[in-house]
Amino acid sequence: MGYLVDTVLIYFEEAVLASETKMRSAGTATGQHGAAGDQAEPTRRDFITTAALGWAGVGGAISLWPFIQQMNPDASTQALSSTEVDLAPIKEGQAITVLWRGKPVFIRNRTKDEIAKAKETPLASLNDKTAENGALPERATADDANRVKKGKENWLVLVGICTHLGCIPKGQSLADARGDFGGYFCPCHGSHYDTSGRIRKGPAPRNLEVPPYEFVSDTKIKIG
Amino acid sequence: MTRFVLKGLACLGLVVSLGSGLATSASASGGGDEISRQHWTFGGLRGHFDRAQLQRGFQVYKEVCSTCHGMKRLSFRNLSEKGGPEFAEDGAKGLAETYKVSDGPNDQGKMFKRPGRLSDRIPSPFDNEQQARSANNGALPPDLSLMALARKVEVDHPFYTLPYHMIKDIVTGYQEGGPDYIYGVLMSYGENAPPYKDNGGHLAKMTEADAKANPAMPRCATVVSEPGQADVCNKMSEGMHYNEAFPGHQIAMPAPLRDGVVKYADGTPGTTENYARDVSAFQAWAADPKLEERKRLGLMAMLYLLGTTVLLYFAKRRIWSGVPH
Amino acid sequence: MSDHLSSYEPKNAFSKWMDSRLPVMRMMHGQFVDFPTPRNLNYMWTFGGILTFMLMVQIVSGLVLSMHYQASDADAFNSVEAIRRDVNYGWLLRNIHAVGASMFFFAVYLHMARGLYYGSYKAPREILWILGVIIFLLMMATGFMGYALVWGQMSFWGVTVITNLFSAIPLVGGAITKWLWGGYSVSGVTLNRFFSLHFLLPFVITGVVMLHIWALHVVGQNNPTGLDIKTKSDSVPMLPFAIMKDAFALAMFVLIYAWFIFFVPNYLGDADNYIEANPLSTPPHIVPEWYFLPFYAILRSIPSKLGGVVMMFGSIALLAFLPWLDTSNVRSAKYRPKFKWFLWAFFFSVIALGYLGGKPAEGSYVIWSRVFTAYYFIFFLVIMPVLGLIEKPLKLPNSIMDAVLGGGGPMAGSAAAAAPEKR
Repeated sequence: MGYLVDTVLIYFEEAVLASETKMRSAGTATGQHGAAGDQAEPTRRDFITTAALGWAGVGGAISLWPFIQQMNPDASTQALSSTEVDLAPIKEGQAITVLWRGKPVFIRNRTKDEIAKAKETPLASLNDKTAENGALPERATADDANRVKKGKENWLVLVGICTHLGCIPKGQSLADARGDFGGYFCPCHGSHYDTSGRIRKGPAPRNLEVPPYEFVSDTKIKIG
Repeated sequence: MTRFVLKGLACLGLVVSLGSGLATSASASGGGDEISRQHWTFGGLRGHFDRAQLQRGFQVYKEVCSTCHGMKRLSFRNLSEKGGPEFAEDGAKGLAETYKVSDGPNDQGKMFKRPGRLSDRIPSPFDNEQQARSANNGALPPDLSLMALARKVEVDHPFYTLPYHMIKDIVTGYQEGGPDYIYGVLMSYGENAPPYKDNGGHLAKMTEADAKANPAMPRCATVVSEPGQADVCNKMSEGMHYNEAFPGHQIAMPAPLRDGVVKYADGTPGTTENYARDVSAFQAWAADPKLEERKRLGLMAMLYLLGTTVLLYFAKRRIWSGVPH
Repeated sequence: MSDHLSSYEPKNAFSKWMDSRLPVMRMMHGQFVDFPTPRNLNYMWTFGGILTFMLMVQIVSGLVLSMHYQASDADAFNSVEAIRRDVNYGWLLRNIHAVGASMFFFAVYLHMARGLYYGSYKAPREILWILGVIIFLLMMATGFMGYALVWGQMSFWGVTVITNLFSAIPLVGGAITKWLWGGYSVSGVTLNRFFSLHFLLPFVITGVVMLHIWALHVVGQNNPTGLDIKTKSDSVPMLPFAIMKDAFALAMFVLIYAWFIFFVPNYLGDADNYIEANPLSTPPHIVPEWYFLPFYAILRSIPSKLGGVVMMFGSIALLAFLPWLDTSNVRSAKYRPKFKWFLWAFFFSVIALGYLGGKPAEGSYVIWSRVFTAYYFIFFLVIMPVLGLIEKPLKLPNSIMDAVLGGGGPMAGSAAAAAPEKR
């Protein structure tokens, strides 16, 4: 923007200077409105022109802000915060998908076997070693305990969006392919997630995100 | 040259206001007689809402108006947003929770009620127009979220003073016709339509004392007089209420405010006038929640533009100096 | 001016390379930098630039509004409210666009009045003028359809009334109206197509504006004397002289524009349009936006339905024939002492029609509407052709430079006073 203003200004000044010379000769030619006293003018003239156009240009640039800002989420979207989910009907081994902020959230009632598998996976074998859990500090490790709520280890709650390019991984329904690690499998580009939603194989860079949620009762969670 | 610029500005202003004022004079919603302009804190160029007044106004709305009128464009979160009544967020949240909001369908496919949240709209008293009408004698209590913009005070200036009034309103930034109208209607309820006596085909207003002596004389909401014909008296219809400010002077809504119906917590006297003023201000905010932001940004923009204009004027003058034109 | 050569000199290797392939800089330089502009242009000549600016503002603000607007009968009004309340700076963008429409028309009316006063429609500027009339018509269509999008009471009933005009056409009127509506009444279907067209038309306008500017740059600008540019001393280069004057005038214009945006955004609108459209109840007084009022008054002044419609459209179509209706050899009204007064009377009657168009169609308002409507047509159809033949114009100056040096000030009004001295 600044460059643009500069270019316009330089162009303008050149034109002013050129036309001044022209007009001065034209003025003397017709013998009218002689250019006497104009000699000292150019510097002041340049200054006021530069100032006026620069000032106007800055305002023009600032006035772009509302036109850009309008595309950000509006007040009503920002206010839509939480979704409550009743977990009672989900039996062991089953999963449901709910919508939160327009995104699918996977809720799975893990079997004992799945929990055990998730727990015994050593940290060293993980591609992404951070918990990716909004409720925990950024440095928290990707242990299974950091991916679920204490005492509710059977409930796995994840944002169901592949961290590679945003597809929705398979694995929620019993008939789905669940990949090499028994969790989720993204068919778009072949990312495999384990039973804790952690990336184990494929192009996805990060573990599936754990959204902020809390248990409002024994069988009910509030996401957001 | 300066004189010319001033002249030019004046001309521009005149023509703008001429053209635009025609639209104003033409628009006719609301209207009615006997409505005078009130002083509002949110009027004028540096207008801003009085928080305490908006909070009291909301209280009046909640305790009186909301039995019949909705405000469906307001969300609970708005009540704690900047530039409005600015209730504490916890307060707004707590208030929301006292409302039952319908949601669903749940897993059984049924709609259910749950406590309100900040993001919810304030629920309207009736589910639909039919329900509202059947509960109100066939009349529909309008939603109040935009009432302060959807009404205007109509004044029929003669055409030769019209430009003056238009310019005055534009220059002073008068936009408070809506709150003026709401306040006017709330304050203009009468016991009964005025009594008239027949004066050889012409109907003339009587005093209440005369009316007591002649109870047979008609009471008219409005009188229609056509030259060469006897005046026609429009009597009050069944179930209607006399209101001096309402167009046609017959309103289905009974006088909603009486002294003392709402207990203000901040010590403001609980008079009908205060209620009317506060609830009008509240509606003005509800219809135009960005008013403060608009006027604040407006002042800065005007100052900036004034600077630009002056600078460009001098730049222009310098460039043209010595050039006959 | 078409023979005016650009003095553009490419300065570096790249611009030389570019200039021999696509000489766009040369064209811009020739048309907008050293283009010869009459030196005596007054401030009425700044509205062309202002209108270009307004067109851009309307397109850009309209584009961002369309990102939030929903063109369905159930959602239109709600989405406008969401823009006002929730969208970041939505209230500002909405005011820019809605007030902008009014300011656009305000500027175009002054632009047209300027053209009428100084005879800018006369040879060789006929095509330039007709393109202007086309732009005006397109603007009216765009403004009307844009107003409909709010889907308030006045939007809905305005659309109903105006589309019903077409039903006055004999034989096919009913079919045309049904075709316009896409149903048996104004509905969400109508709204949707209006949105489509409202989005399209500004780009059509942009196209015609380009032709308008092209035509202008072929024949050159008219000026308060109505004389052609004869020698180089009659003109000044567009940059910086005309551009700087335009910039200053634009700043003044934006000052007023911003006043409306920030302090009286609803002054130009109608309160009824803050009530959502209701097909079951008509507001007591239906009035169009202010910029349509003169034509609305013409429509209502004629007691027959078809007659009113014909007269209304005729009053605009007539403008396209001005170059041939005006028989005078002199362009500028400044040198036509009689015509000038008839023309001022015409301006007055248009403003009066605007006033009357906003009043209820009853009693003396109707009578006055007829008087001014009659004058509108008499002015164009009788006064213009006849007066041009019998009027004796004032003596014209020899050249623009002569007029400038002869003591006339920079503005039109004082030039009129200065004219007798020159006789």
